[in-house]
Amino acid sequence: MTPFAPARTTSLLEVSGVSVTFDGFRAINNLSFAIGPQELRAVIGPNGAGKTTFMDIVTGKTRPDEGTVTFGEVPRSLLRMSEAQIARAGVGRKFQRPTVFEDQSVSENLMLALKAARTPWRVLFWRETAKDRARVAELAAQVGLADHLPRKAGELSHGQKQWLEIAMLLAQEPRLLLVDEPAAGMSFLEREQTTALLVELAKTRAVVVVEHDMEFIRRLNCKVTVLHEGSVLAEGSLDHVTKNPQVIEVYLGR
Amino acid sequence: MTRTFLTRNPSTLWFLLLLALFTLGVTLLAEGFGIGLIPTAFVKVLGKTLCLCLVALAMDLIWGYTGILSLGHMAFFALGGYMTGMWLMYARTEEIVVQALAGSPIPPTLEEVAQGVATQIFGVVGGSDLPMVWSFAYSAFLQLPLVLIVPGVLALIFGWLAFRARVNGVYLSILTQAMTLALALYLFQNDSGLRGNNGLSGLQNLPGLAEMPQSTLSILFFLASALLLAAGYLLLAWVSSGKFGSALRAIRDDEQRLRFLGYPVEGYKLFVFTLTAMVAAVAGAFYYPQAGIINPAELAPIASIYLAVWVAIGGRGRLYGAVIGAAVVSLLSSWFTGGMAPAIPLGFYTINWVDWWTVLLGLAFVLVTLFAPRGIGGLFDRLPSPRRHGAQLGPDDGALREKEADA
Ligand SMILES: Nc1ncnc2c1ncn2[C@@H]1O[C@H](COP(=O)(O)OP(=O)(O)OP(=O)(O)O)[C@@H](O)[C@H]1O
Ligand SMILES: [Mg+2]
Repeated sequence: MTPFAPARTTSLLEVSGVSVTFDGFRAINNLSFAIGPQELRAVIGPNGAGKTTFMDIVTGKTRPDEGTVTFGEVPRSLLRMSEAQIARAGVGRKFQRPTVFEDQSVSENLMLALKAARTPWRVLFWRETAKDRARVAELAAQVGLADHLPRKAGELSHGQKQWLEIAMLLAQEPRLLLVDEPAAGMSFLEREQTTALLVELAKTRAVVVVEHDMEFIRRLNCKVTVLHEGSVLAEGSLDHVTKNPQVIEVYLGR
Repeated sequence: MTRTFLTRNPSTLWFLLLLALFTLGVTLLAEGFGIGLIPTAFVKVLGKTLCLCLVALAMDLIWGYTGILSLGHMAFFALGGYMTGMWLMYARTEEIVVQALAGSPIPPTLEEVAQGVATQIFGVVGGSDLPMVWSFAYSAFLQLPLVLIVPGVLALIFGWLAFRARVNGVYLSILTQAMTLALALYLFQNDSGLRGNNGLSGLQNLPGLAEMPQSTLSILFFLASALLLAAGYLLLAWVSSGKFGSALRAIRDDEQRLRFLGYPVEGYKLFVFTLTAMVAAVAGAFYYPQAGIINPAELAPIASIYLAVWVAIGGRGRLYGAVIGAAVVSLLSSWFTGGMAPAIPLGFYTINWVDWWTVLLGLAFVLVTLFAPRGIGGLFDRLPSPRRHGAQLGPDDGALREKEADA
């Protein structure tokens, strides 16, 4: 801790001047990004723009070569924290491909995610209470998996796994949600439900959504950040950024 | 609490029941307290087998549940054996020395006894002083806790270094083999203070029980081993159930995902590695008194590989599978290598099982992997497989393959 308390900022997450190089290839190039505590933000960009890598940096999976990443009302650097510490600080992440524990039941998956102590010792002596069971049932109902609690996650359809993963995110009660391509493999109706859910969630927390589907983004009705070659190309409303000639060029000009 | 635990885990109840029946049966048929149908030598084999089942349980928790293919757990097993062995050998030698000196006109001083013991034990390696590591051997109260402490601390240090550096998969297996080999080579040296390749011997005698015949002693050890196996099974069934067990299986199948849920994966690995090392050590502490001797060959890297083979043949990821694997393979092994299996004359060549047993074991391993991926234990699973469309259970090296998993 420095003797000078860092000034309180209005943003929950602040990424500034971050660069990452993989074997000489600059995947993230002097990227800066900030999001408020109750904000919904869409991140778009062509394949390989660095969207997933951006999430890797925030969640501690990839360490940047330079730049700072801070999180919280009293900003704390995330760069010295492990993945698990960052997750416990309140950053939840949904992966591009659904990643659930296939060999475990839907309720086991949710129990694991439920906000509770995480140290081995506490988990060893942790006992499921009626309240935990009720919470798990509630979460499952919220994503339409109420009838599937005892089933193994591996048996679920692709779309159902996406939902299970979203429910696991909710179970963690994160303050910042990073959602990578949530709509992939979902039906039209499920996409509508997903957008509604994300908009609802952003009322109480920060939500960053990476998505390719423009219709999906339009329904989110929020500020859009366009990434290209590892840095921000444009930022603003969807209409604003889609009018930007540079954006049109990277999306359509090739 | 225990009742609900057992009703939630019916396989544990069944296991304990079968173990109790088996133990009772052997006790009634053996020489010590029963009708003497089972020879003492075979009681010892059975008692040792129970200890091997316990170390297989530990292996199943670390590999089958957590996905860490440790190829070093037999080193912890042997270390546990060395720790009890030191006490047994010291106490036994002390009795002999005291008896020998009893005839002398002046009663021997404590120093003289200690000197006598040291000369007796270390004469073979040309020493006459008791090395530092034997400092506690004179007292059971001081020496026996080392059964847990020494392997526990070794596992803790090794695990801390390896897991913190995120060594995974094959690299971790190789590292554990290196640890085993290094330990064995160290113990082979005469100046390691543990009698080099002579090892420790005469461990089958319990101090103060010189009058007790081996037939009684063997059945006592057998009963103790059975009790220990039951306790170990209960402990590991408890650890591998509930949310902790769920977290372990999550580490096995996709540890990175679990990190993003906020779990300190390295801490879990370290906990399980150390816990299973201590369980293995306790198993060894009861095994070697029944074997009578221990030497550094027991720490050969191959022993730990066999342990993995037992668990694989029994079916990893299910505790009873590990017990079945260890029992079946080690009993068959002692049958085949003990010269009891009849040789098969082919005219031009005679199949001697002592030589061909490992080939048979290797073949069995391949066959089980191909045709019964859930192992022998998996044959008891009555639940149908879930329809996972052959999808893998997770991206990690240690993850269960689809065919290994149960419903
Ligand atoms: N671990 C890595 N090693 C080497 N290169 C990497 C690594 N991770 C990402 N990259 C490269 O960095 C660039 C950005 O990748 P990233 O996955 O972040 O793109 P994205 O915007 O998520 O793309 P998509 O829309 O296809 O998901 C790509 O060119 C990718 O090949
Ligand atoms: Mg991506």
